[in-house]
Amino acid sequence: MKVSVIITLKKDVLDPQGKVIHETLDGMGFNSVNEVRQGKYFEIDVKENDPKKAKDLVENMCKKLLANLVIENYKIIETQ
Amino acid sequence: MKSSVITFPGSNCDRDMDVALTKFGFKNKMVWHDDQELPKSDLIVLPGGFSYGDYLRCGSMASKSKIMNSVINFAKSGGLVMGICNGFQILVEAGLVPGVLLRNKYLQFICKNVHVKVDNKENTFFKNLDKQVLEFHIAHNEGNYFCTNDQLKEIEDNNQIAIYYCDQNGNTNDQINPNGSIKNIAGIFNKEKNVLGMMPHPERMIDESLSGEDGSIFFKNLLNNIK
Repeated sequence: MKVSVIITLKKDVLDPQGKVIHETLDGMGFNSVNEVRQGKYFEIDVKENDPKKAKDLVENMCKKLLANLVIENYKIIETQ
Repeated sequence: MKSSVITFPGSNCDRDMDVALTKFGFKNKMVWHDDQELPKSDLIVLPGGFSYGDYLRCGSMASKSKIMNSVINFAKSGGLVMGICNGFQILVEAGLVPGVLLRNKYLQFICKNVHVKVDNKENTFFKNLDKQVLEFHIAHNEGNYFCTNDQLKEIEDNNQIAIYYCDQNGNTNDQINPNGSIKNIAGIFNKEKNVLGMMPHPERMIDESLSGEDGSIFFKNLLNNIK
């Protein structure tokens, strides 16, 4: 079963890369951008067919490795 | 006095650290990350470099390697552990010191000499050091120290800030801050002060003709404190 996870920086954490991307977009003429925040996306294929169990497993991975909870939030967006 | 330097895949300051420790009288052993057990040591050093290519987050993979269980147990039982640069990043990822190291504020890899102010000398690392300001070298892309407001309060209440970026006279301010670190923090202790993580490299300042000798002062003093 495949599980998708998005990791984003918490609101108060500075994201200099997002800022530079925002400025570049501005320079290209995309003037209607309020803010850009860069994150990470994972697709994890687990040997588990129960969606609830697969989600719990990946949640544990997020807490222990994939996200650093001091600065990042994780969101499991999809199991299929 | 015995020391051990852990080599991770991608460490590149491990041999420099070996040279520095040996020069000042430590009997040093190199330990591979995949080993389970530490040799008997008075000091464990996690060196600088780019362990696991800085994948995911700097230090995150190395913090889960086999030897780290032993390092964590050693630290929890009061053993002295020092993490330099990538070693500092590994320490925060292992939860041995609080906070996290973000990408430098202006997105540049910084490689230069800096001055740091030693704030707290009531610990084995800096006790009896006769200088307040030291000149060390930094070389990093992710050295921007960050922690939550609650963590910062706890860190300050427990005197856990080890060194600050400063000018040569010891003044700390925004202009002198190379990477955007909160409060100019360059190094930090755990609560018990037996674990030190810092971005600057003292092992690069141990030769009068090549660099400067503030690293020598640091290592000589450290050895005397451990004896």
